Amino acid sequence: MAGTFLDSTELVLNMGPQHPSTHGVLRVILKLDGEKVTGTDCVVGYLHRGVEKIGENRTYQQFAPYVDRMDYVAAVSNGLGYCLAVEKLLNVEAPPRAQVVRVILTELNRIASHLIWLGTHALDIGAITPLFYVMREREEILDIYEKYCGARLTTHAFRIGGLQYELYEGFAREVKAACDFIAPKIDEYEQLLTGNRIWAGRLKGVGVLNAEDCKQYGVTGPMLRAAGVKWDLRKAQPYSGYEQYDFEIPVGENGDTFDRYLVRMEEMRQAIRIVRQAADRIPEGPIMGKVPKVIKPPVGEAYVSIEAPKGELGYFIVSDGSPRPYRVRVRPPSFINLQALDKMARGSLVADLVAIIGTIDIVLGEVDR
Amino acid sequence: MADEQKPEAKSASPAATSGGKPPAAPKAPAVMAATPWESEITAMLKEHFGEQISEFSAYLGQNFAVARPDAVVPILEFLKLEADFDYLVDITAADYPQRPERFDLIYILYSFARNERVRVKTRVADGYRPQSAFPVHLTANWLEREVFDMFGIEFAGHPDLRRILMPEEWEGHPLRKDRGLTQMDDRWVKENLGIESGQ
Repeated sequence: MAGTFLDSTELVLNMGPQHPSTHGVLRVILKLDGEKVTGTDCVVGYLHRGVEKIGENRTYQQFAPYVDRMDYVAAVSNGLGYCLAVEKLLNVEAPPRAQVVRVILTELNRIASHLIWLGTHALDIGAITPLFYVMREREEILDIYEKYCGARLTTHAFRIGGLQYELYEGFAREVKAACDFIAPKIDEYEQLLTGNRIWAGRLKGVGVLNAEDCKQYGVTGPMLRAAGVKWDLRKAQPYSGYEQYDFEIPVGENGDTFDRYLVRMEEMRQAIRIVRQAADRIPEGPIMGKVPKVIKPPVGEAYVSIEAPKGELGYFIVSDGSPRPYRVRVRPPSFINLQALDKMARGSLVADLVAIIGTIDIVLGEVDR
Repeated sequence: MADEQKPEAKSASPAATSGGKPPAAPKAPAVMAATPWESEITAMLKEHFGEQISEFSAYLGQNFAVARPDAVVPILEFLKLEADFDYLVDITAADYPQRPERFDLIYILYSFARNERVRVKTRVADGYRPQSAFPVHLTANWLEREVFDMFGIEFAGHPDLRRILMPEEWEGHPLRKDRGLTQMDDRWVKENLGIESGQ
């Protein structure tokens, strides 16, 4: 090669699929100019299991456990979205008791999902300790799941039309105890991280995505809110009775990695607030709505979406009147948010890329489906 | 591009694939009990696009418009600029192999300002190349790649139309109804995984 040692050439570097900070099997092909990222190409699909195809070949009830396997750290949210979508097609609503329990379990799941995000994100940045702490707190939530439905991760906690299981003795008490246990811990994490100079130095101004870009890329969830857009489906188009709860939508200003961190921390506090309110008002009554044994929604289609921990999780289901969905489309927030990686990463350093991947909060099971 | 083969070629040579026969063609769907949808938006669209939009309907309180395939991208652009539908939620498709215009293409839009959702639907035949929505909404990039990957619908003007979830050399489009649930590209499996079949 001609030229002096000062000349640089572009280097193509393969990051992943087996790389600890890609959160699973994400492969990013990087174009580098020195240490600077000049372009990225995401290669996804390593975990593709054909969930949508499976859905077309299962009955509505049979497909419900499959959806838990997409975003497996927020399985309850996936289940809620699916149940709501089928309920919409059937034109039934879960009874009030079921709705309140759904809110409790879904919000606990939001906390669990954000905890996992916090632990792994901090680990990527180089802070090992938070990971052990968040696992300890998450355990409280998983214990409640285990006691309620027997499963900890892929819970299949809900059924189309309501709930399968009646609550166990002392459910509300234990839920509140878990909240009391977790709430001060969130302040503890903030003590560890928020004022930490290294933490701030690694996150502030990194991976900026402003509100306009977010809308262009269809980015939703905490990333959109960190860019200053006060938009949350729980407020904008409430479902499962979210309009009855008192909670705030935290927003950021700069749309950088640090603001996303702050937004998610505050979301955990708000989730605890919702869970506490809900645990105080679990009404008596049935837990299943009027749903036939064989679910055959009338011919038609519906799109129903919820505010999952990662963003807008939508199900578009086409029914042809048979017991199997004709088409199930999942609108995965992780997949669509990941698309903005290229925009955020261009011009940053490789080490920042690790922070940016972490801040999107992807779960590859959901990206690849 | 390696994945540009015709889907007919595969059904003609079933020996290339195995793992269960393709399922029998599903029955023709009955009709959705949709009601007409009228609003300020439909009036605007009617005035601007006229005959190009054949239907304004609502089902279960969700509004949708059915348009000619070549009108879809102009409609998306019009809705974005004139009616604040600035967030393209999703693009997806559904396959009806017994129809001459085999695919339903569905665009789901949302407006932050109006807090309202609209679906734009169109029907395209196999081999028809609908315009890419990428110039209007950047998010269409991966969404259209996925539709192409799963259904084999090629979008004209897409900047980077490659498979996204399946391997690049894979043959066939999994979400087409004439692909069986366990049907796979045996050649690819053999060459890349060194096994006879993944099933």
